[in-house]
Amino acid sequence: MNVSGKNVVNSKKKVKILTGNHAAAYALRQARVGVMSAYPITPQSPVVEKISEFIEKGKLKARFLLVESEHSAAAACCAASATGSRVGTATSAHGLMLMYELLPWASGTRLPIVINLATRSCGAPWSVWDDHSDFITIRDVGWIQFMCEDNQEIYDTNIQAFKIAEDPRVNIPTIVAYDGYILSHTMMPIELENQEDIDTFLPPLNHHINLSDISQVKGVGPVTTPNIIKRKEGTAPGYYEFRYSLQKALENSINVIKEVHDEFTKKFGRAYGNGLFKTYKTDDADTIIFAMGSVSAQARTVIEKLREEGLKIGLVSLRLFRPFPIKYLREFFKGIKNIIVFDREIGYGYEGVLSYELKAALYGLKNPPFIKGFIVGLGGRDVRSEHIIEGVHKSLELAKKGEIIYETEYFGLELDELKDYDEQEFLKGGGK
Amino acid sequence: MTDLKKDYQKILASVQKPVIGEAGKTGTWSRLKPVIDLEKCIPAKSGKFSCFNCWLYCPETVVSREIPPKINLEYCKGCGICMEECPVKAISMEEVKYE
Amino acid sequence: MVNVLDIVEDEYIHPGTRMCAGCAMALIYRFALKALGPKTILTVPASCLTVLHGMQGFCTTKLSVLHTPFATTGAAASGIVSSLEEKGLADEICVVAFAGDGGTTDIGIQALSGAAERGTNFIYACYDNEAYMNTGVQRSGSTPLGAFTATTPGGKTRPKKNMPKILEAHGIPYVATANGSYIFDLYEKFQKARDIKGTKYIHILSACPPGWGYDPKDTIKIGRLATETGFWPLYEVFNGKFILSKPSKKHLDASNRKPIEEYLIAQKRFKDIKQQDIDNYNSFIEAQWNEIKRRLENQ
Repeated sequence: MNVSGKNVVNSKKKVKILTGNHAAAYALRQARVGVMSAYPITPQSPVVEKISEFIEKGKLKARFLLVESEHSAAAACCAASATGSRVGTATSAHGLMLMYELLPWASGTRLPIVINLATRSCGAPWSVWDDHSDFITIRDVGWIQFMCEDNQEIYDTNIQAFKIAEDPRVNIPTIVAYDGYILSHTMMPIELENQEDIDTFLPPLNHHINLSDISQVKGVGPVTTPNIIKRKEGTAPGYYEFRYSLQKALENSINVIKEVHDEFTKKFGRAYGNGLFKTYKTDDADTIIFAMGSVSAQARTVIEKLREEGLKIGLVSLRLFRPFPIKYLREFFKGIKNIIVFDREIGYGYEGVLSYELKAALYGLKNPPFIKGFIVGLGGRDVRSEHIIEGVHKSLELAKKGEIIYETEYFGLELDELKDYDEQEFLKGGGK
Repeated sequence: MTDLKKDYQKILASVQKPVIGEAGKTGTWSRLKPVIDLEKCIPAKSGKFSCFNCWLYCPETVVSREIPPKINLEYCKGCGICMEECPVKAISMEEVKYE
Repeated sequence: MVNVLDIVEDEYIHPGTRMCAGCAMALIYRFALKALGPKTILTVPASCLTVLHGMQGFCTTKLSVLHTPFATTGAAASGIVSSLEEKGLADEICVVAFAGDGGTTDIGIQALSGAAERGTNFIYACYDNEAYMNTGVQRSGSTPLGAFTATTPGGKTRPKKNMPKILEAHGIPYVATANGSYIFDLYEKFQKARDIKGTKYIHILSACPPGWGYDPKDTIKIGRLATETGFWPLYEVFNGKFILSKPSKKHLDASNRKPIEEYLIAQKRFKDIKQQDIDNYNSFIEAQWNEIKRRLENQ
């Protein structure tokens, strides 16, 4: 059973056993991307390799630009999109950070690019293993951000992502994230839809810029000034107006995201909660675990155990991180007593990002829930069932006492095992 | 009239259309303007399509390739390159009134 | 060689740009666009050229342009080319990247090198005014020896990076040098490049009145001196063959070259240049021309 509630084993559709990376590659192929530009990075590389294979075998008629860095990959994606092609790519951690300059460029030019992100920790120190640090670093660049929980969701979200990004009510680039290794390299059975059905769901792109139409002369992305410019030939918005429009479109994209999700569910039979977050055993719950991606997946496995203790507990797995679905979360959490948030990243200098964003989202609710956040699984450390269980217990105790702890708290740290560690000893070197 | 508060999608990407005088009337940048002495100017004197160094070397596209060459003083920044590059010294920089 | 009447009369830049009076780049761009014609898509990174194109809403140029972040020019051009290839328009529309020396020799060198290595079908033109002029004259990798800039107040202690040679080492079909003061030569090079398939690189010396410190009226003269002294020879490397361009041919004979001091003295940026640097210029020029002679003889 996958998170959409489908048992794929009995499916009458075409089922393939794929890794998360290959699920993304199949989705990009079936979305009929016209141009891809990418650079290999662990753990995303199999996406690039699979796409190369598709093109080599003639299964995908796209131009694949194998560039010399992620910075160039993102720049080429922006340029190809502005020239009118459907564009997708994939990356991880340092690759995403190297792309960073182009991310607000893409959203500011309203280019409907889709990036797949196999999440990975940000160095230093080097770590190729999973956490959500890279995903949260781009929360302020004006992209739509999805986090997936299994490989079917990766495939499905990619198809939806293009439709959402390209909707004339949206025109916003979109990122589809999934946990590095945990999903990117794990095989799962996936229902693959017929190409004709995908084509009806996702019609060809009609780009609002399209530089390839040279009958229409235009400059794209020039310098803007603090003020609007008025001339006899017309009035042109300033930077502020463009950014207002982006924020407005992001806020309202939630409606389109829900609409596309519902249309997808109707057509293909797979649902992801309300399209914004997934719920598990929440109907009678007064206590909720709030998490995303691999952390949600881990939490799912302990809900039943906690319920056996007599707790009325359920899970909310966030799917849409940007725009943050404030209205829907406030509505959902009305009357909930306790929320325990597990973050697989840190908003350094503050606390886990999901934790503080949820607190802000629920600000001013009547009888607000007690919210307690914990950090888990940085740099690929296992997020274990006991971490979730212990977190729930601890949080409920604190709630009872009404005690707020300001320091960030962690599970899975092994400081006790490191009592004899001294950096100075390592710096002195060995070989006495 | 569109209400951009509602129709914010009319403001998508910053795009430009071509206009004359994007920077305004750049002729105001300089007091001195080139004046062509038609007695000396090669095409004016000979009536032949030749020379046109003033047209050729103008960075501002304000000189026309015709007999005699004409200079659009509204936008001429008065750099003086045409004066320097005229092989017969037919151009001088002067204060001229223009509309 | 073309003459004045062979040159397309159509202008692709409207008058009234934000360029300084006497800007060689504006002249270079004007002739490059004439040579390229209307079936062209341009991409331009942060530079004086961004400013030439104009602010929000309104532009000066009658050809489409994609503005792109500083380091991305080669990659942005690759993206446009890929998209045109996907649409089957690649043979019809010429993609041209136009960047300054900072955007080419420094921050953009990686993207350019990548695009050249991939054999991207486009023209990359570098207008080289030998410093970051748009941000107020700071040194670039292309600033010449002894030149004053805001970040080399005592004069630059290193010579300019030889970018055309770096591009030649990529094995691309066409590399050329040009100079804003030799308009016919420049025009022909852009026309030629347009019809060659693969990556074409044209590096154009572009005199800058405020950055170099001279009267705007002298732009053409100063630029010419760079070539006449033998410092900036004009040449092409077409499918591996070295061709000395007409304006530079007579400088094979050292006695036809003007003394480098004439070029240096005319510009305020060299006003404190040391004798040792002048000697270095002379030995550089001699070595450069010896190499040109060798190349011409050995092919």
